[in-house]
Amino acid sequence: MAKTQVTMTVNGAAAEGLVEPRTLLIHFLREQLNLTGPHIGCDTSHCGACTVDLDGKSVKSCTLFAVQAEGGDLLTIEGMAAPDGTLHALQEGFREMHGLQCGFCTPGMIMRGYRLLKETPEPSEDEIRFGISGNLCRCTGYQNIVKAIQYAAAKLSGASVKEAAE
Amino acid sequence: MNAITQSKEERAEKLQGMGCKRKRVEDIRFVQGRGNYVDDLKLPGMLFGDFVRSPYGHARIKKIDAAKAKSLPGVLAVLTAADLKPLSLHYMPTLAGDVQAVLAEEKVLFQNQEVAFIIAEDRYVAADAVELVEVEYEELPVIVDPFKAMAPGAPVLREDIKDKTDGAHGKRKHYNHIFNWQIGDKAAADRAFDKAEVTIKELISYQRVHPCPLETCQCVASFDKIRGELTVWGTFQAPHVIRTVASLISKIPEHKIHVIAPDIGGGFGNKVGAYPGYICAIVASIVTGRPVKWVEDRIENLSTTSFARDYHMTTEIAATKDGKVTGLRVHVLADHGAFDACADPTKWPAGFFNIVTGSYDFPVAHVAVDGVYTNKAPGGVAYRCSFRVTEAAYCIERGMDILAQKLGMDPAELRIKNMVRREQFPYQSALGWEYDSGDYHAAMKKAMDAVGYRQLREEQKAKQQAFKRGETRDLMGIGVIFFTEIVGAGPSRNCDILGIAMFDSAEIRIHPTGAVIARMGTKSQGQGHETTYAQIIATELGLPADDITIEEGNTDTAPYGLGTYGSRSTPTAGAATAMAARKIKAKAQMIAADLLEVSEYDLEWEVDRFRVKGNPERFKTMKELAWAAYNRVPKGLEPGLEAVNYYDPPNMTFPFGAYICVVDVDVDTGVTKVRRFYALDDCGTRINPMIIEGQVHGGLTEAFGIAMGQEIRYDEYGNVTGPTLMDYFLPTAVETPKWETDWTVTPSPHHPIGAKGVGESPNVGGVPCFANAVNDAFKFLGSTHIAMPHDHWRTWTVAEKLGLHG
Amino acid sequence: MLADLGEDARPLAGGHSLIPMMKLRLAAPADLVDLGGIGELKGIRTEGGDIVIGAMTTQHALIADATLAARLPLLGETALLIADPQVRYVGTIGGNVAQGDPGNDMPAVMLCLGASYQIAGKGGERRVAARDFYEGAYLTALAPGEMVTAIRIPVPPQGHGAAYEKLKRKIGDYATAAAAVILTQSQGRVATCSIGLTNVAETPLWAEAAAKSVIGTALDAAALKKAAALAEAIAAPASDNRGPAEYRRKMAGVMVARALMRAQSRAA
Repeated sequence: MAKTQVTMTVNGAAAEGLVEPRTLLIHFLREQLNLTGPHIGCDTSHCGACTVDLDGKSVKSCTLFAVQAEGGDLLTIEGMAAPDGTLHALQEGFREMHGLQCGFCTPGMIMRGYRLLKETPEPSEDEIRFGISGNLCRCTGYQNIVKAIQYAAAKLSGASVKEAAE
Repeated sequence: MNAITQSKEERAEKLQGMGCKRKRVEDIRFVQGRGNYVDDLKLPGMLFGDFVRSPYGHARIKKIDAAKAKSLPGVLAVLTAADLKPLSLHYMPTLAGDVQAVLAEEKVLFQNQEVAFIIAEDRYVAADAVELVEVEYEELPVIVDPFKAMAPGAPVLREDIKDKTDGAHGKRKHYNHIFNWQIGDKAAADRAFDKAEVTIKELISYQRVHPCPLETCQCVASFDKIRGELTVWGTFQAPHVIRTVASLISKIPEHKIHVIAPDIGGGFGNKVGAYPGYICAIVASIVTGRPVKWVEDRIENLSTTSFARDYHMTTEIAATKDGKVTGLRVHVLADHGAFDACADPTKWPAGFFNIVTGSYDFPVAHVAVDGVYTNKAPGGVAYRCSFRVTEAAYCIERGMDILAQKLGMDPAELRIKNMVRREQFPYQSALGWEYDSGDYHAAMKKAMDAVGYRQLREEQKAKQQAFKRGETRDLMGIGVIFFTEIVGAGPSRNCDILGIAMFDSAEIRIHPTGAVIARMGTKSQGQGHETTYAQIIATELGLPADDITIEEGNTDTAPYGLGTYGSRSTPTAGAATAMAARKIKAKAQMIAADLLEVSEYDLEWEVDRFRVKGNPERFKTMKELAWAAYNRVPKGLEPGLEAVNYYDPPNMTFPFGAYICVVDVDVDTGVTKVRRFYALDDCGTRINPMIIEGQVHGGLTEAFGIAMGQEIRYDEYGNVTGPTLMDYFLPTAVETPKWETDWTVTPSPHHPIGAKGVGESPNVGGVPCFANAVNDAFKFLGSTHIAMPHDHWRTWTVAEKLGLHG
Repeated sequence: MLADLGEDARPLAGGHSLIPMMKLRLAAPADLVDLGGIGELKGIRTEGGDIVIGAMTTQHALIADATLAARLPLLGETALLIADPQVRYVGTIGGNVAQGDPGNDMPAVMLCLGASYQIAGKGGERRVAARDFYEGAYLTALAPGEMVTAIRIPVPPQGHGAAYEKLKRKIGDYATAAAAVILTQSQGRVATCSIGLTNVAETPLWAEAAAKSVIGTALDAAALKKAAALAEAIAAPASDNRGPAEYRRKMAGVMVARALMRAQSRAA
């Protein structure tokens, strides 16, 4: 299949590559841009481990061709921490609240949490659960992921952060 | 504040040792997307492998034509059984004493069985090539009902062992039979049943499911022709075992094989055994001289690499009419699919199913298990289960509920009446286990008080009346269970994997500046070992956990271990860690005595230092002793400060728990809503309460999935129905209930730190708790046993058959 | 462009039905025409007594639209029951109505609302009523080279009540059975009613008899039971992992009854 040039902004920097029209965005990110944070967990667009933020939307990068992201503005887990290494409130919240175990769903979960908090800065527990219903986790049972997102919501809004209970 | 004036409590807190909610070390890389999972690995010249698979459940292979595939640009080779046979690799040994086809030779025995292996430049070309391989099949009749596997005249499945009457576990009584395994006292049990006042008998089936970790099975194999050395990175819960097996079957000497398990995205038992994909990737690398990566997709994962359960348990309990159990008999029909690839310790073809007496004091019991072949995927493995313990717990907990119903007793009351009493520990069960410790009655009381059990039963009675009056269409159910499980395999006298005893190991080395590196023979797939093993060492040696690096998974550097599954890490490697630390501590004590010019017997240990008894201002901290070990050791001792321990556990450990669940069933749709789930776990000493809680949440969520919808089902033609995440029920955050966790602590008397392990308890106890709750909802209408999964349509069908739809 | 590329070309809207099928190699179009850049296909506007929605409008945009929330909340409610947040950001209403997949939710809602589809092709433009559009599983009134460009929905009267009741195994699943209901009331009795059914036949179903049967009633238990039975009578669902056909048929009835009750509670 003839290859085509594709260009986009990823984590604030220009990125480009040569892809087949059928090359999925997840493979372009992982294999050509070496951004192995987004993961592949299924074949049927259910698990959400591949979630990235594209032009202000949470998208499953396994269900888009790389060419569909031409000219787009992408944020992946690798772009979440500040340039000086300070973790984003979500990354910090996941650690504080034990919102991960094997770590495989975590990049997708955090990227979805990022957009969710932009949609709804102070979500209720039910809104969080509904908001992450496109992301599957096999390890945590979601309860601490909810707490992690609540932690981040509080921190981002400037409210005092609840210490992990002793 | 300095080393003298800091209080004992402050110093202990700084260590972040055992008992504290230490934040996880692993998280730092995972939250930044910098984990190192197998598919993240890129090596120069790396190729990609993919399988051609059988569409049929049972068929002869007449012809394989790979010409079109081979001529596709980017395809290097297509392997079939004919290529593997000269290397004797077309079959591989399983952990259960059987063999499994790596690539099908003359016939295929289950849908999606591996038939050919494509080696290509990239995964897209490999997938294209898979479509181009033409295979001619001649269909054969299929067996998917294990109850029909041993019928006279049933189709022969395993032609390769057709005439072998001696199986790996004794005589085979039919060509589709695998083994018969028995334990207990049959004569005594039969006598108890003959004179019993009350008996129950029920076929309790545990459906076939799959562990389904979010990351599928995968590996990268790289054979270095110049050095004659093989390196394999893979999703291996037991990397050393994989290395030994690889050496035995490939004839490459073991010291020239390097097996590395990097970060693993969940295991749950799926990643214990070896799979055709690993073997083919290794062969492909040897043949091409380049690294070869194999990554299975989700459909392949759910339909070929290791199912779990598929146990059909005919269960009988004998009791007195006032509810004292007098005997237990269970016959199990075990469906192993096309090959017995069960990952059990060798002498235990039915795992530790003989824990089936559970938490109850049965004076006599007998278990018999018959394993059979069918046209389904091979296996099974322990899906967060510790070797058939989930099956056993489901069996006895359903059985006790059925008995309670027949006796007209409350299910909690029946359990309390029969639970092993505290003074009976260590307890010898009728099926051969010595339970180490427990205070069951205290735990049960705590659980029942916490949920307000009596009030729940009253509420249920009122709701039942309301239902009968037509005021509600919901049925309330209360599930109660009290499980005892058996983990920590295991003592060398009865536990081995392919002949290697199931000890485990830890090697600890302290550097001159008091920092530590330690390696264990286990392999975390999310359990947080980098965090928790350091906590053990921190408490044992008085060095801060943050100064301790934990490594697992590299077989070149880690001492030999049997891996992580069956909740064995804390009981075995955790013990080895403590023991190795104590060896180091003993040497440090000698160094301290020498430095302080006192006898060792004049020293006492406090948090992070040895101090002189009666003269506490004279002390040496472990950090100081580390430095001293490298420059001033007493005469007769070597420099350095390190130790290794291989721990052969004297016994298994027996975590237990009381779970109570409240559900509301909508009879018109069959939808069950979980109103409340309370889980009390006793795992002995609690190393990191935050991690324990996380394990319980995760295990309960898996249990919820199993009880309420997971199923790998085959139709009558041998088609596996629904091996994708559209159909395989993995609950989202919306369906998943909120979990309440609680605990008691009954340390294990034989474990160096009294810890028992906890990872699997919630799956062991969770499934029967949900099942008992749904069953309980329908009891008052005459229902005695409803099989899992309790998905909408099955639950609705129960209501339909009870005439509830008017 | 589609017509020029021939039969093996498909339009690419959100791609969240098509791309999963391509990954499983169940669909293998030789060419895809990406509609993403065509501005005229997006947007929601009112035109006379109709709401007109561009085919490329995402589910997310439907949920967020203030006009729809005020005048036709049934659409946003249905969209929230489709798939998951990520899919809703990309999946389009055009894709959802035009595929002919019996599992898609919007078609039954379109039948219920009496919507029509604007279709463009080499031969020009035409309009087809949703109730005439679905012929079989993946079979629609679209000729090769044609595509749906907009959905036209007559604005329901103020004070209407509507509901979409979807029984599913989990978030993201297709319906075990689902019902869309819209009705108006007058003095406590149903004045007008329309019902659509999802995933209980090869096509979405317009339950005409069931809807007619509740007119003039107060939706008492007997009326609901009758409507459910009439819905069941036209349902012919497949047996699948959601349940046997008989169960799914009965659930069509249960969903109709529940949707009627909820719609009634919202009607003036």
